[in-house]
Amino acid sequence: MPAKTLATLAGIAAALVALYVWRLAALPGALLGNVVVAGVLTGLIYGLMALGLSVIFGVVRVVNFAHGEMMTIAMYAAVLLFGAFRLDPFLALAPVAVAFFAFGYALQAGLINPFVERPEHSQFMLLVAVAIIMVNGLLMGFGPDARSAQVDYALDSFEVGPLVVDKVRVYAASVAVLLAAGLFAFFRLTATGRAIRACADNLLGAKVVGLDVKRYYALTFGIGAALVGAAGVLQAMLVDVTPALGPVYTLLAFVIVIVGGLGSMGGALAGGVLIGLSEALAGVAFTPSAKSMFSFALLILVLLLRPQGLLGKKAG
Amino acid sequence: MTDTRRASAPSRRRMLKAAASATALAALPFPAIVRAQSGPLNIGVLLPVSGVQALIGQSCKLGVDIAPAVLPELGYSAPIKVLFADTETNVDVARSRAEKLIADGANVLVGPFDSGAAGAIAQVAEQKGVPFVINIAAAPQITEQGYKFVFRNFPTSVDLVRNGLALMRDLFQATNTALRTCVFMHVNDTFGQANRKAIDAILPTLNYLPFRVVETISYDPAAKDLSVEVAKAKATNADFLMLVCRLNDAILLRREMVKQRWNPMGIIGPGNPGMYEAQFYKALGKLSDYCISNVPWYNPKSPVTAKVEAAFTKAFPQDKLMYHALNVGFTFEAIMVAADAYKRAGSTAGKALADAIRATDIAQRMMIGGPIKFNAKGQVEGIASAAIQNFDQQPKVVLPAAAAQAKPVFPQPEYKR
Repeated sequence: MPAKTLATLAGIAAALVALYVWRLAALPGALLGNVVVAGVLTGLIYGLMALGLSVIFGVVRVVNFAHGEMMTIAMYAAVLLFGAFRLDPFLALAPVAVAFFAFGYALQAGLINPFVERPEHSQFMLLVAVAIIMVNGLLMGFGPDARSAQVDYALDSFEVGPLVVDKVRVYAASVAVLLAAGLFAFFRLTATGRAIRACADNLLGAKVVGLDVKRYYALTFGIGAALVGAAGVLQAMLVDVTPALGPVYTLLAFVIVIVGGLGSMGGALAGGVLIGLSEALAGVAFTPSAKSMFSFALLILVLLLRPQGLLGKKAG
Repeated sequence: MTDTRRASAPSRRRMLKAAASATALAALPFPAIVRAQSGPLNIGVLLPVSGVQALIGQSCKLGVDIAPAVLPELGYSAPIKVLFADTETNVDVARSRAEKLIADGANVLVGPFDSGAAGAIAQVAEQKGVPFVINIAAAPQITEQGYKFVFRNFPTSVDLVRNGLALMRDLFQATNTALRTCVFMHVNDTFGQANRKAIDAILPTLNYLPFRVVETISYDPAAKDLSVEVAKAKATNADFLMLVCRLNDAILLRREMVKQRWNPMGIIGPGNPGMYEAQFYKALGKLSDYCISNVPWYNPKSPVTAKVEAAFTKAFPQDKLMYHALNVGFTFEAIMVAADAYKRAGSTAGKALADAIRATDIAQRMMIGGPIKFNAKGQVEGIASAAIQNFDQQPKVVLPAAAAQAKPVFPQPEYKR
């Protein structure tokens, strides 16, 4: 990009940020504190969701266009388990994540692996088709009405000075952080994790040393699916679920990973927090109806100024 | 010898002429002629039984379901046939479903519980020459377009707000409360925007209301999380919340208020759905109590209400009419308007039905207000509002005093688990 254009864009960005900060500075401290905390907590759950997408793309190099739809299925699973057995979604998290791991593994091994070498438009159509089947299956199975899992402590809050923080959001964000930390440890400390990273970093080298790449792809997709399953269970405690949520979350996950850096695990988490925070602050500084607008503005800025995302690596 | 084959042989020019003629014929207002036949009155009903407004749409549909049983008891013995379509809470779907219903033989359209959808359907009805009776939709502009086939048996948002604000004055007087500030939250759709415009225009002119709006907060009706909106509203420290909502957002917002421990003196809807719906009580339980809605309501003493209630109880023994009062009442009345017009017109032709609807004068009705009569714009006049407050998960009339079933409680008690 020419230096002059870059400077103009940077100027516009700086002006917008200044306007943003000026609006925020005028807000009462307690309000700002509450909104920042809520935005960060929501962003951590967004980050967990996007982490699944980023892990899959980083290794398999296939973009999961059914990601939000998988998350919606997990939300339904949590709501159903709560409705049928009064199973607290935090307890439902493990079985749902395991089921999603198996589902993701089977999906990659049975359906997506043959498409890995094919052109991107074929992969795109395959996963869009999977997404459409999922949304329509949910509509047929559950109808269009919103459902929720309202646990006994759903209306409780922690009060710390002027801050009133939603208890469920704190628990859910804490679980999201733990799961993300576990995933980082898995990729750093275990042989399987290192083998998956090898497949991502140097596919030819991985094949040369005899790694079963297709199997590791399936494992990776399973891990990504388990992450999005866990994120869905956590999200089911915060919002009511409808089949129409799927495409919304797919888009949100894309925005997050592009802002954070596609393929970067840290970037996905950072992007989630940034988008959660941006939605919350835009809502309170300007108008709540403009929350999404600011997320997309952020996306455009990142695409222009740092196309690889905040923590992504430059291609080539 | 002339070549007759040549004269009758197809040519490109002839084909184009034929196609143009066919197109022109298709564009003529044929339906009025074709449908002017004897037989049942085909009523095309459009409601949002899926999507964000699904639960209210389903509630309205109960009024459609009982209509065939109630109408003969009211003297409308001519047969009717209901053709139903789901608008999916989507304006574009509403438009295409209206076109489909007319293509399927609907003589009159009824619906659609949404101002955006009503605006779209009105255009279709006007274009096709098929009368459209609006059950619930308040945006004033729908009956300000000079339409000849569009009729609304529901107050405009200006009337709703004016009546609702007058009831606030009565409420404050009855409870001897003095409020100085209010935070106004509203859904950011056609209905919400129309209400906001009406409030912005009317409130400053009312000297008898002592409060001022310290903040106006709009939000997406399909929002999944209202934590930021509630935090912003709470930060205003306003005495009470004036809320123009739908159903799902009303549930989300009430829960969020408890989570953030925000306890204003009350929540008052100046003329909107949401807080008196069956699902509001079901989803919130005790949390639904004390919310106030100033809305048009049914007259429990009307003979029409007695017949509707009997049919409702018979058809839905597990349910109660009071949880669907406004939705069932106005939807049933819209169908009654169509049946009444058919009875007088003796025809299913669009123009004959529209002329008959324009001359409607139904004194015996279910909802509180004057007789059902439409002005030159197709707008009904004289529908009153009542203040409805929730007690023990039931809606009760608290104002006007003459119709009150309970005394208003304001400020509302703080919620305790």
